[in-house]
Parts: sequence; structure tokens; C-alpha cells
Amino acid sequence: MDNQEIILPDTSNLIVSSSPHVLNKEHVNGIMRDVIIAMIPACAAGIIFFGISAFNVLLLCTLFCVGLEGLMLKILGKSMNALKDGSAIVTGLLLGMNLAAGTPWWICLIGSILAIVLAKHLYGGLGYNPFNPALVGRVGLLIAFPAALTTWPVNRLSPKVAAMKEAISDLMNNDTSLVMLQNSGEFTKAQYAAIKEAFLNKTELLVDTISSATPLDAISQATMNAEGVVTGMPEMEYMDYFMGYIGGCIGETSALAILIGGAYLIFRRLIRWQVPFFYILTVLIVTGIMHMIHPDMSATPLFHILTGGLMLGAFFMATDMVTSPVSAKGAVIYAIGCGLITAVIRLWGSYPEGVSFSILFMNAFVPLIDRISAKKVFGSKEAAQGGAA
Amino acid sequence: MPKMFPGGVHPKDGKALSAGSEIKTAPLMDKYIVPLAMHIGAPAKLIVREGDKVLKGQVLAEANGFVSAPIHSPTSGTVISISKTSTTGEMLSVNNCIGPTGTLIPAITIESDGEDKACEPLPTIDWQNADAKTIIDRIRETGIVGMGGAAFPTSVKLSPPPEKNIDTLILNGAECEPYLTADHRLMLEEAEKIVQGAMITAKALGVEKIIIGIENNKPDAVKIMTEVAGDRAVVKSFPVMYPQGAEKQLIYACTKRRVPKGNLPMEAGCVVQNVGTMVAIYEAVVNGIPLFERITTITGSPVVEPGNWKLRVGTTLDKVLTLAKGVKKDVPVGKIILGGPMMGMAQYSLTVPIMKNASGVLLLAQNEVKQYESLPCIRCGRCVDVCPMGLMPATMSVQIEKEQFDLAENTNVMDCIECGCCSYACPSRRPLVQLYRHAKSEINAQRRKNSQK
Repeated sequence: MDNQEIILPDTSNLIVSSSPHVLNKEHVNGIMRDVIIAMIPACAAGIIFFGISAFNVLLLCTLFCVGLEGLMLKILGKSMNALKDGSAIVTGLLLGMNLAAGTPWWICLIGSILAIVLAKHLYGGLGYNPFNPALVGRVGLLIAFPAALTTWPVNRLSPKVAAMKEAISDLMNNDTSLVMLQNSGEFTKAQYAAIKEAFLNKTELLVDTISSATPLDAISQATMNAEGVVTGMPEMEYMDYFMGYIGGCIGETSALAILIGGAYLIFRRLIRWQVPFFYILTVLIVTGIMHMIHPDMSATPLFHILTGGLMLGAFFMATDMVTSPVSAKGAVIYAIGCGLITAVIRLWGSYPEGVSFSILFMNAFVPLIDRISAKKVFGSKEAAQGGAA
Repeated sequence: MPKMFPGGVHPKDGKALSAGSEIKTAPLMDKYIVPLAMHIGAPAKLIVREGDKVLKGQVLAEANGFVSAPIHSPTSGTVISISKTSTTGEMLSVNNCIGPTGTLIPAITIESDGEDKACEPLPTIDWQNADAKTIIDRIRETGIVGMGGAAFPTSVKLSPPPEKNIDTLILNGAECEPYLTADHRLMLEEAEKIVQGAMITAKALGVEKIIIGIENNKPDAVKIMTEVAGDRAVVKSFPVMYPQGAEKQLIYACTKRRVPKGNLPMEAGCVVQNVGTMVAIYEAVVNGIPLFERITTITGSPVVEPGNWKLRVGTTLDKVLTLAKGVKKDVPVGKIILGGPMMGMAQYSLTVPIMKNASGVLLLAQNEVKQYESLPCIRCGRCVDVCPMGLMPATMSVQIEKEQFDLAENTNVMDCIECGCCSYACPSRRPLVQLYRHAKSEINAQRRKNSQK
């Protein structure tokens, strides 16, 4: 033994707590941060497609949600530390992504109140809300303000805007005339007015004032006459749908951007891959069968997957941890349910879109799904067979 | 490699700190504080009085009932300040010491005389020709208990009801707890004793088949055990996954049999024994030496010289840490744990003695053991995915928070093995295992109350 002094631990500062004494590094705050990161591509795509008015909606919803979260924590006498978990930011961003660019501020505020106050805190706050708060906000608004919620600004990168810009340059070059354009039927009244204004005043085309239908709207308005001739079916422009060059909510149009974020979520194990996979697969199968039966009157399954809110719903909303089943097996049942209801509403319902409704509907089933999908206790089969003890 | 059981986690293993260090025998201490309850079951009954001179290996206290174990003196010396006589003439221990659970437990203090004189060893048993009862009796009288951690009296485990069809003895060399390397070193250094102990145990059980289960992060142990075992036992190595060494998970990995829910391993035809217990059985049967020492890993980032030590029971933690040259000046200690980081018990005093099941003394630095605020369950399902018993930890935790113990019972909280995987994985830092322990004790109390009616 050398003379080195042996130091014994100071026992006055020891932590005495229950095992286990080591914990995984993953923390709720980190999970929410990662979810926010995963939403960036879709939000960025929305801002590129719809401009500053999209950014404003996202920002307003986030600010309102965070503010209301703080207010509710204060009123309910809860720890303000809960603000740090970032769940209000996630809800705000999701709500914004589910609204159209240019949605008025007061609608954003009402949506945020529905989401944070009604859907979240009145049910007990984070972890206790049975319904996805952002979806409660969106669906509440959709029912209360149907017109405002279904007015879609035109996508700046859409073929329609390209055609309008081409028409203006044709006008400049005298290749066409305003009268010819008006009679061609290629543009709606509002679109024609915008072209005319830009041409006569020699200004930039003001796209924010032009609304456009979403592909799902167009499909739902297609009609079939007595002879079985279908009119109004849009052309299937899959590449535009995939890239997101179409009308719709801020965060839902680009399947590509959502897939990038979704891949990140799956890679970071923040969502169960089973949810988007079986959700989309179910929609694919049901709409695929319908398309085989009525190829003229119904859209292709690929159309259904790439348009509307399915991608956003399947990757970002149905996967919300709090409001989806806890086990992988439960997640499969839940996802198939979401897919069935979405497909049924889209094909036979009076709303063109059914993603929000289907997810909320399945949220209500989660306690039941949790119960029927509970994992088998290790050895329970053997206990049943042996009848031991 | 395929997963050997559902669920499980991969905590940082920390074994490199001590895995390379050979087992060293601790020098004689001046004093040993020997608890009377170093096993599951009734505390042993004191048979020595204050002032008695005792020899190493001498019985200090007898087993008090079937599920109990005797206690033997770790050295020669004098019994100091222990006993008083109760009104019924029974000797009681008054010298309580702080036990690993933090409560005071009865104990005897032996003041060493420095001679370390052993008492006459028990006669060697010719185990190959002995009957099961002779072997099991020897295991009982030498005070052998499960040394992996549970400290259940081994003689009881080896005496299954005759109608149970036991055909396999499984040796637990998984050592799945992070940081611990005592079993690893034992397999490297005492392989022959382990195998012989297993042969003796198999003889007592009347089984032919011996399987030694080892996690494959110990390739050297797998190699040595395979060589030494020869055709006497089968060595199986498994991918690293905590809790590979949990009894039911190990049985499944070794035999693909599942212990029926709510039952003991014997229902799957298996008896599981820790490798350390095998060495104790060998010493007891062949050399006639009772159990009063064991291999313990002393480790953790604050420890100056982590290592594996052969310690006698009753060695207090301050002396244990002195053997390891104490702690580093610049690394403040946050937690002292008896056992491993997943299932061990946090200590608040250095007067706690080493007992028969002390597999490790682990020190964690302050920056390794933050205290966390417990947040609401966000139903992420991590706990459901990692539970090796197929339970629904998230659901149970919310039920228990609301004191709905009957619901928790229906959700199978009694099948929880307290391995800690769920708490480890929980991003909300919920004290899940602690909640289940609370529920179990409430449910057991209710059951006792009901049975008295």
C-alpha cells in the first residue's frame, strides 16, 4: 500500500431512489423537438407554394397555441415547466398545416382555442387528451366556417399558374386577345380577372387572390349523366401531386416533403411505421377495388394517396402518441380503421375529404383497441394450457 | 442472431471497468457485521451469546423454518454487543444494522481475533454415490442461498414437490446487469468448480441435462466454460439483451419453454441457479465449507481501482470501498448501489454490510444520476415494446397513480419482474417500477386481509 490518501464517498449528498438507476437519454422534450424538425419540410413546402400568407398562418397558430398553453397552465395552477415540452408548438404547427394559406387570424385563434383549451387542457393536459388537439381545432373550424376552410389559394408552382403566366406573355406578344382568353373556358372568372389586371396594369400576377379547387374537390364534383358519360374528371397528374403543385392545406400538398419528414420520424423511432403503412395500404385497397369496379367514375388509388390530407394525416396526425394505441398490434388495428373510414368518406360521403374525421373517430376507439390488443403476458398461453396454479 | 425473448433494452454496459481485473481476496477485517437475514424467508435464530468465542465457519444462527438459512461466522473472534434474553428465554439480537433496503435489521458483530482460525470442516460427501437428501441437507446446513441477487434458500429450490417433472438444470452466467463482472470472472477463474457444483446440483435434482447460459459479450467465458464442461454440460451463448439473466427469460432462451404465467420455473421443468451458487455448493459438499464469502464487483466511474473481490459477509461498505482505494477526489459520488444499476438498491450509509447476495457495489457519479421531474405518460408505447413479460406498463402506471389497484391487478401487475426496462425506456421519466412495487404490496396486503376473513 502506498501512502496515497484513500477518500471515501461523502454520504450526505447521495440520491436514494428506486431502481433502475440508469435511464435512457430519450426525453419527452427531445421527442417533441424531433417531431417539430420532421414537420419542417412540409411547412417549408407550404411556404414555397403559397407564400408569406402560409408562413403567417403557421406562425399565428403556433403563437396562439403556445400562449394559450401558458395561460391554461397558469389558470390550472400547473407547473410552467410543461411549456418546455414543446407539445403546444407541435399542436400549433399541425393546426396551421391543416389550414389554408391566408386563413384570417381570428379563425386561427378560434382553432387554437379549440385545440389547446377544449381538446387538451379540459381533458387534463398532455397525455390525457383522447382526441388529437390539432384535429379537433381543424374539424371544429371546418364545421363552423366551411367556406373559409375550403377556400384554397392557388399553388404558385401549379400548372394553372404557369398557364396564366403564359397567357399574360401571349397577350404581351399579341398572340392572343383578352376576348379569346375569356371565351376559351380555360380559366375561371377570378383567374381571368387576375390575368386581365396584370396585363392591363403591367403588374406581377397576384396569385394570392386566386382560389383553386383541390384535386379531391374536382373529383367530388365530377358528374355522370344518364348515358354514363362522366364529365369533370381531372387529369391524373401524379408528378404534380407527388411534388405538391396542387391546391390544399399548407402542410398537406407535397407528398414528397411529408415523406421526408415521415422517414425521419420512423428513423428516430418516434412513430410506429405500422400506422402510416397500414393506413395508406387500407386506403389503397379500398379505393383500388372501387376503381376496378368503376374506372370512369372513381379516381385511381394512387390519386387518393397523393392528394388531400392522407399523407399528412397518416404520418403526422394519426401517429400522435397520446391519441393512438400504445402497442404495435393496436396501432395496426387503429390504422386500418382510419384507412377504412377515410376511404368511405371520400368515396361515398358528402365531404370530399375524410382524413380528419376518420382519425378523430378512431381516437375515440383507442381505449377499446388498447384493451383488445393488449400483449399476451409471457407464459399466459402455457398457463391456459396447463391450467396450473 | 434472433431475439431470445420479447422486449428488453440495451443499457450502457460499463463492464470494461472491472472485467479485466482478476479476483482478489480481501484481507482480514477487524470487525464484521453479520445480518441474521441474508436470505428470503424468516431471519435465522441466534445461537451464540455476547462474549462467545467463535471460529470461522461456526454457526452463529440457525435456520428458522423451512424457508430460511443458517448464518456462519466469517472469521474467528468474539461476539460483541449482541444479545439479550427475552422473557421466554429466547436470545434476541439488539445490535441492529442498516440493511440494503434502508431499514434496520438484526445483526451480530464479530470482533476478529486476527487468527482467522477455522472450525472443523464438515465431512466431504462422496456426492456421486450420495442420495439427494444428503446433498440437499448439506446445502441447507451450509447456509447456501441464491447468490445472483434473490437470496432464496437454495435447498428449497432444490426440493420441488415430487410430482413436478424437472429435467433441466440451467446455470445463469448471463450476468445481464450492466457493470457487474463477478460472475464473468468466476467463470474464467473457477470454471471447474462451477461445473462440479452443477454436477452435484443435477445429482440432487435427479436431472441429466445441464445448460449454462452466457451472454455473448463474454466470449472468453463462453470458450472456457465450453472447454471445461466438455460433455458434462451444454454452454449456450445469447445476444446481449437486458434482462437475459431474468429467470423466465433465461429458461425460454435455453429451452424455448415458457414458464406458465404466475408460476415458478419448475412448471417448465427447469431449475435455474447462479454460477456463484454452484461454487458455493461445490465448497460445501466437497470441502465442507459453509457460505460466508462471495465474489463482488466493486466498480463505477468514481472508484479509483474498480475490481472483483472475494469478500466475507459482514464486510461493511466503507471497508469495501477502501479495498478499491476509495473514490476519486474530483468525481463526486451521486449514488451508491448494492447490486447492478437496473435492479440494485441505492444506499445512504457506508455501514451496510455485504450479504450473501451482494453481486456488486456500484458507485455512480453525480452527473450520471440526475433527479428528474416525472411527467405525464404520453403513451409513446416504449415501455410496452421493451417489457420482457409482455405487460402494459403505461396502462398500469396510470391505474396505480389513480390508486385503482384492482384494475392494475387485472392488467397483470403481479407478473412484473421489476427488471426496470420500462422505467429505463420512459421518456417521461416516470417511476414505473416503483409504482408497480407499490401496487404489488397493496394488492398483497388486500389478499392477506381477504384470506383472514
